[in-house]
Amino acid sequence: MAAVQETIDRVKGIDVDQYRYGFETQIESEKAPKGLSEDTIRFISAKKNEPAWMLEWRLEAYRRWLTMTEPTWARVGYPKIDYQDLYYYSAPKPKKKVASLDEIDPEILKTYEKLGIPLREVELLEGVERPSAAVESEDGEAAAPRTKIAVDAVFDSVSVATTFKEELKKAGVIFMPISEALREHPDLVQKYLGTVVPTTDNYFATLNSAVFSDGSFVYIPPGVRCPMELSTYFRINERNTGQFERTLIIADKGAYVSYLEGCTAPQRDENQLHAAVVELVALDDAEIKYSTVQNWYPGNSEGVGGIYNFVTKRGDCRGANSKISWTQVETGSAITWKYPSCILRGDNSSGEFYSIAISNGFQQVDSGTKMIHLGKNTSSRIISKGIAAGKSQNTYRGLVSAHRKASGARNFTACDSLLIGDQCGAHTVPYIEAKNSSAVFEHEATTSKISEDVLFYCIQRGLSQEEAVGLVVNGFVKDVLQQLPMEFAVEAQKLISISLEGSVG
Amino acid sequence: MTALLEIKGLHAEISGGRKIIQGLDLTVNKGEIHAIMGPNGAGKSTLSYVLAGKPGYEITAGEVYLNGEDLLAMSADERAAKGVFLAFQYPLEIPGVATLTFLRAAFNAQRKARGEEELSSPDLIKRVREIAKTLNIDSEMLKRPLNVGFSGGEKKRNETLQMALLQPSLCVLDETDSGLDIDALKVVANGVNALRSAERGMIVITHYQRLLDYIVPDIVHVFAAGRIVRTGGADLARELEATGYAQYQSEAA
Repeated sequence: MAAVQETIDRVKGIDVDQYRYGFETQIESEKAPKGLSEDTIRFISAKKNEPAWMLEWRLEAYRRWLTMTEPTWARVGYPKIDYQDLYYYSAPKPKKKVASLDEIDPEILKTYEKLGIPLREVELLEGVERPSAAVESEDGEAAAPRTKIAVDAVFDSVSVATTFKEELKKAGVIFMPISEALREHPDLVQKYLGTVVPTTDNYFATLNSAVFSDGSFVYIPPGVRCPMELSTYFRINERNTGQFERTLIIADKGAYVSYLEGCTAPQRDENQLHAAVVELVALDDAEIKYSTVQNWYPGNSEGVGGIYNFVTKRGDCRGANSKISWTQVETGSAITWKYPSCILRGDNSSGEFYSIAISNGFQQVDSGTKMIHLGKNTSSRIISKGIAAGKSQNTYRGLVSAHRKASGARNFTACDSLLIGDQCGAHTVPYIEAKNSSAVFEHEATTSKISEDVLFYCIQRGLSQEEAVGLVVNGFVKDVLQQLPMEFAVEAQKLISISLEGSVG
Repeated sequence: MTALLEIKGLHAEISGGRKIIQGLDLTVNKGEIHAIMGPNGAGKSTLSYVLAGKPGYEITAGEVYLNGEDLLAMSADERAAKGVFLAFQYPLEIPGVATLTFLRAAFNAQRKARGEEELSSPDLIKRVREIAKTLNIDSEMLKRPLNVGFSGGEKKRNETLQMALLQPSLCVLDETDSGLDIDALKVVANGVNALRSAERGMIVITHYQRLLDYIVPDIVHVFAAGRIVRTGGADLARELEATGYAQYQSEAA
């Protein structure tokens, strides 16, 4: 049997239920009544003790949302979502008021432990052990510096713990759940919230604006280089619950921050909605690096269940010489609809988008980026690697545009797609608009099938079929993996293997 | 003498296609180097693929044993772990995978398959560097993605490096001289000769006698129309260089 044929057969037989994060935590939770109405929004806002302006902001978004229709332009198909059949707020019921980590429900702590997310600072202070299977520098000699990572853990609709708060405070960095920031730093939140993704932006972002329950807030003061990686870990646990988180990151003048985001969910036979909004603001000379490893439950081998992931992520290079870089590894979700973008407003600002999107089983991915060049001498770079296996559909959709006044705009785009088997699809939909004649935009794209001869070459050297495909795929995505912080790159590499397990390696 | 490889009455064809190997008998003893010479299309490369277990070929009759074990019953990676190594005529490129990473993956995969412990990265790197030195391979080349942008000579030296690292019991060299200038040919031949041992057998497939000046075979076979039509010593190669293959092609037909 031909090697690739074998791979295809394995893909057919694969239970995507090899998803390793599919367990459910048994915990009592407090929910808003099912369905969406102004009352639901008032309930959420009251739960969070929000200022009055926030409730008004939400209600305005909700009223706007009622007039909007769900977009259909993406290359994804799914049954109509019944927005009245969802819970919009679910929080683990606190046993009592939580003052420290020790008082968090042990079930939740266990959940994060199982997921490999340490919430106890002491473990982190010991340093993250360097995994042996680190993304290798070619001669295997690289040593990873021991790094601290501050974690904000979001469980269903609320943040359950944030680590390293004190140490960050000393540096002047604000890193806390956005619900808390609304109480403690309302002016900062009000100044920036919705300025990158306005409440009217799109159907899912508007919905998020109305009902978002929690997420992370980060503010790095002028000239501060954030002393550690910041990270948020999102977990959907509750049944029939949408997760609508909102993240807002501001790097003031000359500041730098690297932020990581991870996501998982239990295995369920229903589809769960996830509609997040992420806003980044980089002022003069500031830099934000935002990395995501998205591993929501993808559904089973029949295409039942899985997360609908409709996410709006946008960064505003508001100041001169600012820089925003998105790196994403997308392996999960039944549907991914996501276009992390950069608005290059400041002169000499630059935006980057590095993406690995893997689809297997019946997954549908429609992802890409928008690079909007507004300022002078702005530059952007897009490296996208799509890998489609099984019966999945994988689309890159991107827009690169230069405004009339954006003289000297430059972009380089490379979109590569790799197909495994003959029942999947890869699609590339690039839009390029240059309204300034000095713009230089380059676009390269390739689509290839994994070569049977290459696989045989590896297998002849002793690699199994799965190892061979894993090796080839990891080589294919290497340019992007290199953009991830060390610890994340290792996770991502493992995740790539797991996502293609059974089909590849 | 102990038989390393025994091929008995082998018939093979491209799946659903042409008959290529038509009644091949060949025994390679431990310590022997066999040269297989013959015209284009005689089935020489097919023989190497069939031995290595490449998908897409069907064995319609015959048996093949390696150290007395049924080779045809094994998957391609099992064969590799048992010591079958094919030096490719056209080594394949794997973008993004450093040569050293590939070597480590292959080496440890074979060890794992044999139930042996994997070698630590520093030990493996040391071993690779020692071999690389003898083949004029610098550490820069080990960092480059496997075979990507390699010259013909670099590719073949890299094949020889892999062979020396993996220490196979049966080496099959498919047209190793193609794409090599005379200097590169010497380096590769030296590398191959260094692997000559009483425990190892080799099959060297080539059109030309030139390679056999440097890798001197014990036995030379003329392969035409899917089987061996003549067998002789090293001087048979020189005779062929003078007379060509035409007579054997008509003989076989």
